[in-house]
Amino acid sequence: MNDQVNAFRALLETLDRVGAENAVNQALATLTPIQVIDRIVVPALEEIGRAWESGEVALSQVYMSGRICEALVEAVLPPSDPDRKHQPRSAIVTLSDFHMMGKRIVYSHMRASGFELFDYGRMDVDELVDRVLADKIRVLMISVLMLPSALKVADVCRRLKEAGLAVRVIVGGAPFLFDENLWREVGADAMGRNAAEAVTLVSEWMEEMEA
Amino acid sequence: MTMTSMQRTLTALGHGEPDRVPLFLLLTEHGARELGLSIEAYFSCAEYVIEGQLRLHRKYRTDCLYAFYYASIEVEAWGGSTLFIEDGPPLCAGPIIRSPAQIDSLQAPAITEAAGLGRVLDTIRGLKARVGDTVPIIGVAISPFSLPVMQMGFDHYLDLIHEQPARFEHLMAANIEFTVEWANAQLDAGATVICYFDPVSSTTSIPRELYLTTGMDVARRVLPRIKGPTATHMASGRVMPILGDIADTGTAIVGVSALEDLAELKAVAHGRVTLLGNLNGIEMRRWTPAQAEFAVKQAIAKAGRGGGFLLGENHGEVPYLVPDEVLLAISAAAERWGRYPLDWVEAWQK
Repeated sequence: MNDQVNAFRALLETLDRVGAENAVNQALATLTPIQVIDRIVVPALEEIGRAWESGEVALSQVYMSGRICEALVEAVLPPSDPDRKHQPRSAIVTLSDFHMMGKRIVYSHMRASGFELFDYGRMDVDELVDRVLADKIRVLMISVLMLPSALKVADVCRRLKEAGLAVRVIVGGAPFLFDENLWREVGADAMGRNAAEAVTLVSEWMEEMEA
Repeated sequence: MTMTSMQRTLTALGHGEPDRVPLFLLLTEHGARELGLSIEAYFSCAEYVIEGQLRLHRKYRTDCLYAFYYASIEVEAWGGSTLFIEDGPPLCAGPIIRSPAQIDSLQAPAITEAAGLGRVLDTIRGLKARVGDTVPIIGVAISPFSLPVMQMGFDHYLDLIHEQPARFEHLMAANIEFTVEWANAQLDAGATVICYFDPVSSTTSIPRELYLTTGMDVARRVLPRIKGPTATHMASGRVMPILGDIADTGTAIVGVSALEDLAELKAVAHGRVTLLGNLNGIEMRRWTPAQAEFAVKQAIAKAGRGGGFLLGENHGEVPYLVPDEVLLAISAAAERWGRYPLDWVEAWQK
């Protein structure tokens, strides 16, 4: 990891918004906005995600880092910018339960990484399946906190498969962290152990789908 | 000599070795299954929960009775509502604080006016009448520092902590009065110990530096005013970097996560606080009896010696979807492998 990423990560972890903004502006002197995102913002968020997974940083730091980066990226790469990553059509949802924090963090990380995606808020299985089919979603990100909600992902995956939609499902949230086999059991295509890992997986899928 | 559950627990809390490791399976909705009721119907009547708890205690030979209904019952007292589902814990249906400005006029509700809290108190009284001083009865109070996750949503709460310190303090002041009154009402009704759920203080949620000036400060303002022992529970969040700090708040027990190593936690906690944990409640759903036995042996081997250890799962509530056969296997393994002096441990670890 280069010094620029290290320094930016430290600014995020200490919630130094002004310092982070200065770092981005400094980098913009020699890089394009999308290069700043790909070479500095995303790697720093990935490092923070890994550090949360190993217990070195806390969820509050992950959340605030995502918010800071989302605002910075919004300023330099507005939603209308052609460099924004609109494809594949992606959506994020909290399934069934009311714990919205995980979705909020991943949504921020996705947008801070240059993605545009639908935010479905909180939905139950029927509503989610209908909406995914109507929007012709190719990548669906599902966040849960409760075990019963995690098990409902199986219904979502089964029904989307039956409908013949070529959609990939990535899941995340506490039940999947505490039971490493659960994402396979419910028929998801992958799990994100942290927000940044989810972004990385979606980026890889995007490249595959465009190839 | 066979001890009562109370004697067994008190010995462990005194960092001595009782007859066997106390089994603290914190079971809630399983009582509904025992009575053939829906979860919503079960929690509608104190008599159901009393009967459910007594049956669970006998069936799984646990060493405690758990008067906890569901977390959102406290938010009901603040004007919130609860959504019941078929196969899991009732959920807080939405925030009661929709704008930070609402905090400025927020006042703690009276315990006596909350129907749900009244049912919990009736449950504790009923359990106390049945078991007297032979079995510990656990009451629950959500920490004033963690309650806002339900009162206003976790993301908005983190924004408040970081950006509006005066309003954060006003919210803490109101919540502290509520928590202290609620905890003491349960002790007055017959609870033996108060489980102080404080997952936001976990280092999974906030860094230690922030904990020292927020969650720990709140705990130091609350716990001395609670007229009985407390167990601080992080609901499966990590505690290792703050275990000593938590001990300094004066709590007697700390609920610990499956994400951390029990032996390492015990090395820090030994003689200072008793550990409760740390079986993985999520994985438990699909354990075989052999896996359940292994998990119990491993936990006891890591933390059982010298007392100061209560065997339980790591979240503060066994998921409803964990089947009977797993719970029975855990119970049997605790009975078989939890007998002191635990002279099998050294050979097994080798």
